Amino acid sequence: MKRHDQGTYEYLRHHKKFPHLWCAGCGIGIVMGSLLRSVQNLELEQDDVAVISGIGCTGRMPVYLDFNTMHTTHGRALAFATGLKLARPEMEIIVVMGDGDALAIGGNHFIHAARRNIDMTAIVVNNNIYGMTGGQSSPTTPLEATTATAPYGHVEQPFPICELAMAAGASYVARSTVYHVTELDKLVEQAIRKNGFAVVEAMSYCHTTFGRANNRRTPAENMRFLKEASITQRAAEKQEADSLEGKIVRGVLRDEELPEFTDLYDQVIERAHGPITPRKRRVRRGWV
Amino acid sequence: MTVQLLQGNRACALGALAVGCRFFAGYPITPSSEIAEIMSRELPRLGGKFIQMEDEIASIAAVIGASVGGLKAMTATSGPGFSLMQENIGYAVVAEIPCVIVNVMRAGPSTGLPTSPSQGDVMQARWGTHGDHPSIALAPSSVSEAFDLTVAAFNFAEKLRMPVFLLMDEVVGHMRERVDLVEVEPQDIVNREMPTVPPEWYEPFGNPPSDVPPLAPFGEGYRFHVTGLLHDARGFPTSRLDEIQPWVERLFRKVERSQDEICMWEADGVEDARVLVVAYGSTARSARQALKIARARYGRKVGLLILKTLWPFPEQIVAETAENVQRVVVAEMNLGQIALEVERVVGRSKVLRVGRADGQIVTPDQIVDAMRAP
Repeated sequence: MKRHDQGTYEYLRHHKKFPHLWCAGCGIGIVMGSLLRSVQNLELEQDDVAVISGIGCTGRMPVYLDFNTMHTTHGRALAFATGLKLARPEMEIIVVMGDGDALAIGGNHFIHAARRNIDMTAIVVNNNIYGMTGGQSSPTTPLEATTATAPYGHVEQPFPICELAMAAGASYVARSTVYHVTELDKLVEQAIRKNGFAVVEAMSYCHTTFGRANNRRTPAENMRFLKEASITQRAAEKQEADSLEGKIVRGVLRDEELPEFTDLYDQVIERAHGPITPRKRRVRRGWV
Repeated sequence: MTVQLLQGNRACALGALAVGCRFFAGYPITPSSEIAEIMSRELPRLGGKFIQMEDEIASIAAVIGASVGGLKAMTATSGPGFSLMQENIGYAVVAEIPCVIVNVMRAGPSTGLPTSPSQGDVMQARWGTHGDHPSIALAPSSVSEAFDLTVAAFNFAEKLRMPVFLLMDEVVGHMRERVDLVEVEPQDIVNREMPTVPPEWYEPFGNPPSDVPPLAPFGEGYRFHVTGLLHDARGFPTSRLDEIQPWVERLFRKVERSQDEICMWEADGVEDARVLVVAYGSTARSARQALKIARARYGRKVGLLILKTLWPFPEQIVAETAENVQRVVVAEMNLGQIALEVERVVGRSKVLRVGRADGQIVTPDQIVDAMRAP
């Protein structure tokens, strides 16, 4: 009997690029697994899938995947993806970014991609740090954490990624953690299936940098932290706002039908050019 | 095509559309905004895609993404936007992605004089992005050339798989001239080469005899990795010397080999000239007038070399043309950027610079004075 993960193994550039460069115990591999299992479940053709990344440890993901892949400049992945999507609207575009790449240098492109509600999936792997460069503060580093550029304690407030995405106009926004893999798988799949700008915040950790500076040195301690610090959205609704301080709220935070940018631009072309042949849209499983 | 009164920026946009550009991403900036506006109107008419991005960095990123998706893609900006684009321009260089970047130069540095012309970004077009890289930059001096050189820019970009710069200045961009545009025939259009091998054998960054590997678009069955990291023939990051060194050499060689085709110029009266004027862009027009004055009023044997290609610098043309002259006057709206190159090639003692960086055009009289100076 075929093992479930044998199918996703087919999607790896395994004879060209492995072993991978991530630390043992890193959560990025789990997010990569969720991505592959989603592609498999949705029965997407590899030629129809593009995975685009920025710079950082998460940015190193696309090279391992046998899709149409781009490793772009720091913070700009969504802008590259926007161009590709307009040129190839029938492609499924998945953009993977770290918290620094997406929200610091990439913050402007993040909010504008959400504003346009352009059909792509943005997976933000949030480990609250700049891991690749050695553990400097990121826009999601918690108050009072110790980092390489905050040796006396980080005195800035973190961005709430999901709230930002919702306020900016994203039509699908969800959050889970690399501990809650089954849930993460489901959210990523929904996000890819969604026709609109879909954001999945995948809470992870960097035990190598953040962990060592903040008394969570092992992957296991970090997994335990994600498990204990998180709460489902349904449970969170029943609680007082102040008791949710520091908690990671998991679940689908928004899933709305909103006008999608490439659909709207097709209308522009019709206005300028006259009726056009509808572009070939792949049938996604359970969704037309 | 019929005779029309056309603005330089408009001619640039029309040239792009005529050669097959079907994607524009840009950001408004004086004096280039007309190009974006015209593309926003004309592209959807042809089923092409236009998007105004949130900034210039996103604009060039989207252009590269669209080109990877198979569309001929362009952006247009001015100095401040050109500065912002440099990092992603370097990405297009390393990833060998064809695209055209128009810089309608205005007086800088910084915000400068938004509505005044300059030719101050010439060296930036050569070395703006970090690292060692070749560069192709064309400079039209008329509305009709704005059309023709935009067509040429796309053809070079597609042939050599790299970003190509069109350096207009505000005068050429905003002026209106009578033009009689000629149809761009299919045989005049260069398209990027497609792979002829099956996907399993495709090397998107390989070493073919032409030095330019074919570029398949995403989504057509060829799956590959595009990265700004230095990479091997398959596109995968490497730090191996035996992969990096040949790659760097090929990056320069692919342009050097086409040098004769890329370097365009126009010469007037250079055969027996004692004084040679070298100019480009709108300054070339002042130079033409200066030549008329010098010949008519002073009976001088003077020649004019109009550079249409600035990079790669046409060393041989300049050296040969200047060989028997006593003086080379280099006139430009900057303080000596192309002059540096001319000095390097013909020797500093022979060269007299006429330059200004105050938002004003170099006048014919300034050039005449330099030709006549003791």
